[in-house]
Amino acid sequence: MKVKINGTDSELQDGVTVSSLLEILQIEPARVAVEVNLQIVKKCNFNDHALKDGDAVEIVNFVGGG
Amino acid sequence: MDDKLIIKGIEFKSRLWVGTGKYKDFEETAKAIEASGADVVTVAVRRTNIFDRKSVNLLDFIDPKKYKILPNTAGCYTMEDALRYARLARETGVSDLIKIEVIGDEKTLFPDACATLKATEILAKEGFIVLPYINDDPVMALRLVDAGAAAVMPLAAPIGSGLGIRNPYNIKIILEQAKVPVVVDAGVGTASDVAIAMELGCDAVLLNTAIAGAKYPIVMAEAMKHAVIAGRLAFKAGRMPRKLYATASSPIEGML
Repeated sequence: MKVKINGTDSELQDGVTVSSLLEILQIEPARVAVEVNLQIVKKCNFNDHALKDGDAVEIVNFVGGG
Repeated sequence: MDDKLIIKGIEFKSRLWVGTGKYKDFEETAKAIEASGADVVTVAVRRTNIFDRKSVNLLDFIDPKKYKILPNTAGCYTMEDALRYARLARETGVSDLIKIEVIGDEKTLFPDACATLKATEILAKEGFIVLPYINDDPVMALRLVDAGAAAVMPLAAPIGSGLGIRNPYNIKIILEQAKVPVVVDAGVGTASDVAIAMELGCDAVLLNTAIAGAKYPIVMAEAMKHAVIAGRLAFKAGRMPRKLYATASSPIEGML
């Protein structure tokens, strides 16, 4: 399936969840927040939230700022 | 003298709050913050780098157990964007604090007052501890307090300008009228600017470029630490009245 991750078109296997996506990307879940199609996915739902074809995923974290 | 800053039940160890932008690297950021003695550290919300697997995370250098993380909505130009960034920031699970910053003009980075007010109202109802960045506008400060702001953060001068407090009288009026802590946010350039803010009676100062943009950031961070303490103590001490003419310090009596 095709999924947009942080603005980049990506190809993922069907059934990939938010948790497994973070694992593939080697991103520590504790450090990020995730939004799918403008809706926040709570950390407790990372394991259950399966991504669908055409989803737009945003993974954010903190960077230096004032 | 017991002189703790408390906002919504949260006790702050230092009256100096610092940003984490514009440093050479995370090591320098961490050292400067350590030297500043700050316990509030602002951060921005941005996309995680999904291509560089080895990229390091700011929070690996700034321990959220040691510092209070104050995420901002910097870069947002609409209320909707500010809400989106604020909610994402909270979802990281690190902090309920949010610095609302809705920019209204690209060149001055002055805040959009209407959007700031609306965002503050909505987020305060959602349980955020909202700290809005505002112009040095006493009426706006009152409106924000009514909307649920936990503190107000008027600018000293435009963000990153280093001009110092341009309108101390407005800051004084805000201090008199606002029933919440007042944090001067943005525009200070050096230690004396910070001391002036504190001498006016401000509850804290938030700065970034004044340290990160100094020739030796870590040295300036230490200067800022002392400036905040000196300014606060001078405020508490109550300065002598200003007089136009001299008054001798040594007695006339006993002179030859």
